[in-house]
Amino acid sequence: MSSQSKSTIETLKLQQARIEIERVGKGPPLLLLHGEDAFELNSATGRKLIEKLAGRYEVFLPRMPGFGKSTLPGSIRYIDDISYLWLDLLDHYDLCDATIIGFSVGGWLAAEIATKNCDRVSRLVLAGAVGVKFGGAYDRDIEDIYFYNTTRVREILFDDPLKDPHVDLSGLSKKAALSVARQRETIVKLCWDPYFHNPSLLHRLNRITCPSLVVWGTKDGMTEPKYGRAYARRIPDAQFVGIPRAGHFPHIEQPELFWRALDRFLAE
Amino acid sequence: MEFYHFTEFAWPHFPPEDQYTSMRLNLPSSVYDPKLGADLYNMCLDQYVLADELGLNCMVNEHHQTATCLNSSGVVPLSILARQTKNGRILILGNPAANLADPVRCAEEMAMIDNISYGRLDCGFVRGVPYELFASNRNPTETSERLWDAIDLIVKAWTTHDGPFNYEGKWIHKRQVNVWPRPYQQPHPPIWTTGGSDLEHACRTVARGFTFSMFLTPVDRLAAMFKGVRAWCHAQGLQRPADSQFAFMPLVAVGETEEEAREVIERVFWYVTNNKSEPQHRAPPGYVETSLYADFLSGRFSGGRTDAIRTQGMEYFRQNHVAIYGTPDNVASQLKALYKKVGGFGHLLAMLHAGDMDFDMTAKSMTLFAEKVVPQLSDLGTVRKGFGPLPARKKRRAA
Repeated sequence: MSSQSKSTIETLKLQQARIEIERVGKGPPLLLLHGEDAFELNSATGRKLIEKLAGRYEVFLPRMPGFGKSTLPGSIRYIDDISYLWLDLLDHYDLCDATIIGFSVGGWLAAEIATKNCDRVSRLVLAGAVGVKFGGAYDRDIEDIYFYNTTRVREILFDDPLKDPHVDLSGLSKKAALSVARQRETIVKLCWDPYFHNPSLLHRLNRITCPSLVVWGTKDGMTEPKYGRAYARRIPDAQFVGIPRAGHFPHIEQPELFWRALDRFLAE
Repeated sequence: MEFYHFTEFAWPHFPPEDQYTSMRLNLPSSVYDPKLGADLYNMCLDQYVLADELGLNCMVNEHHQTATCLNSSGVVPLSILARQTKNGRILILGNPAANLADPVRCAEEMAMIDNISYGRLDCGFVRGVPYELFASNRNPTETSERLWDAIDLIVKAWTTHDGPFNYEGKWIHKRQVNVWPRPYQQPHPPIWTTGGSDLEHACRTVARGFTFSMFLTPVDRLAAMFKGVRAWCHAQGLQRPADSQFAFMPLVAVGETEEEAREVIERVFWYVTNNKSEPQHRAPPGYVETSLYADFLSGRFSGGRTDAIRTQGMEYFRQNHVAIYGTPDNVASQLKALYKKVGGFGHLLAMLHAGDMDFDMTAKSMTLFAEKVVPQLSDLGTVRKGFGPLPARKKRRAA
């Protein structure tokens, strides 16, 4: 753990997409699915979490189509499409008893994968996962992050807005700004309508047969903790853990508390 | 050159500016008073009837969830004008084709209006401004593609006369499409689009034989676009497009004196100064090019055209031919200068009314424009005679 694990980058052709995938660490396989801002890959706090996991697991970090060097072909229009790419990825590496951890949109992907085929999955961690609608037509289950100004959106997403890794983008180089812009366009393309969910997914959550952890910031304003609890209730073998003083990205706002919850679950 | 009267049917009665963040999308409709609003609708429609009597054409548009434009369907005023006007062209600019749930219904409505008006319809299709993506819930990354798919489907629906066809495209699925009535104009009404900085879209419009229009664009950029399209057509070996394939909308005011015109244009200028909106509504990810959105994110670009020009003041607008005002002779000479600078255009879409201007003030400016300006310019510009895609240029014979 003290020395940094060396990571390798590979490129895979999966269906119509060219996928960039980072591999780091040794041990049983762990697939980490990043969220809409890829804080897991691009922030210091996120990299520390990966480093900790790499001490125990071989961590697979695919970049979603539209992120990093992964291409976004026209054939991909929904998160559902990407879940099939990641199922292909599990087959490609012949991963068995894999742990999957997904953050926000990555959590949605993890749930899509596990509902389609749980055979290669031993444990599932959904952190601030989106992807499901529980309420009625007039209920806003998932707050509209595109409608409000950046200050308000930051308050929705973070307990402490200053902990937003993107709190100040004014110093970004053009290249880095283009990368963030491309990520955001990708998420809009995939998640605008239906808004951050698949109407069918709720009714398939019973198919997740592995032990699951649903971990949530208690100050999450995009998907409130009651949303996370409802998620956990619909997955047969799931437990819910709330992380205090954290919003939609508990691993970024409270990395120690998050690690403690994750560590406890993975050790069970 | 053809001349059009345009008003956006704006709601001008606002609370103090510090009490709202935007005139668009989130302004509660409690601000709207139906008694005043009913008068406003009818006053604006009266302007179009006057325009028709004066020999002008009419242009209508639509926007959604906004006080800046009470036409939440352009089809409604267009339908009224199909009956209440008798002579002029009636232009809708346009149908938000990218955001429409059912383009075939649009084909039906436009065909009806073309018949009722005895073939006076000019049919515009627009991608829609970014605000519209919230009202329509249309995915911002899809609208450019959807616009052209919808145009193609509507043209196919208008021009198919041998029974139903099926359509299962990327965005829309329709079964057994068989539009009644067929349009009055054959094979179909003239088609227009609008555009900003997307040269490819402009070229596509003109190459298809349609009319490309721009609104409130400073003259250098207007000239760059119009000349860019002509240069592209030349490079593709196509015939030079006629001036009637290009249109421009400035703010316009005509007075008997310079002072009178200045007073009127200040009132039309309301459209520019009263356009408060929230920045995130102007730039949902995926609407503009990635590079421009990256600049927006990193603070290199903040407001866009409207913000940039609204801070410049009237003199800037006049120098750039975005606001054209003065005595009739002065306005005519400004328009001649504009025509020359951009390499020619065939339609002037004159925004002669905005904000809280009343009927009489608008009518006087419109009348001076129609009676004293238009006769000085009506011979200006070449008119396309053919229909359909621009044909290839004829090769010169070797001597």
